[in-house]
Amino acid sequence: MKLGVVTFPGTCDDVDARLAAAKVADVAALWHGDADLQGVDGVIIPGGFSYGDYLRAGAIARFSPVMDEIIAFAHAGGPVLGICNGFQILCEAGLLPGALLPNTGLRFVCRQVDLVVASTSTPFTSTCTVGEHLSIPAKHTSGRFFGDVAPDQVVLRYAPGHNFNGSQDDIAGVSNAAGNVLGLMPHPEHAVDALTGGSTDGLKLFEGMARVLVG
Amino acid sequence: MRARVLIRPKAGILDPQGVAVERALPALGFAGASNVHVGRLVELDVEDPGQLEAMCQKLLANPLIEDYEIVLADAGIASSGRGPSLREHRTANA
Repeated sequence: MKLGVVTFPGTCDDVDARLAAAKVADVAALWHGDADLQGVDGVIIPGGFSYGDYLRAGAIARFSPVMDEIIAFAHAGGPVLGICNGFQILCEAGLLPGALLPNTGLRFVCRQVDLVVASTSTPFTSTCTVGEHLSIPAKHTSGRFFGDVAPDQVVLRYAPGHNFNGSQDDIAGVSNAAGNVLGLMPHPEHAVDALTGGSTDGLKLFEGMARVLVG
Repeated sequence: MRARVLIRPKAGILDPQGVAVERALPALGFAGASNVHVGRLVELDVEDPGQLEAMCQKLLANPLIEDYEIVLADAGIASSGRGPSLREHRTANA
């Protein structure tokens, strides 16, 4: 079983995403310019500043050759996880509802946040329980979720007092209607080692992604 | 043909940049400015202005969160070095 991690020009969290994925699966590095998913069983779009966030975060990355493949892969039911900039790209690509606006405070914020699991009907959260708290770092300038989203597609919320970016209804992560595509602003790939991540809670999302694939 | 696309946050969506500017103006002694919004300006030469609408929908703006206005410059006046005149002025509320 193999997970692919995409690198765009300006991606900066691809190495951590590959290290996190390697804890649960074989890993392939996918390049934005290649219309080739290398036969992976799941795709991770990591964080960073693809194409310098020019125009809008994710707006240009969405038209990369690899994205056509990812869109087809997602429509066929393949699991796709978008983290931070990856979430923004998936929204721009129309795979996820809504959009990410500048934080209400207009500042880049980097802090550990508590998330509350709102749905376990996605592969990624299938190892969690509803109401469970996950402690995961977040770091972004444009993470204020806005959009029309069905209640059952809200997968993760900021815990009370942790919604630092002004997201609508404390939404931190949403899925598509089928549940096989998840985007979230906080960074589970940074929370897979207690020494550096503040917790290992992020690993659960990768374990869930891999568990469903094996099953 | 020279075109300008003016992109701004949709009405009703919190625009923290606009709020920050609105609060800064009175601090500098400029009273009476309200409803301030900060957007983006895209200027481009296009061979077929009929494509601008699709360009806005697909790339230049995100219609979920942004409104856009397409302004076409009169080619003759623009080439004289003066500011463009408005030949077409549309607002999209997608």
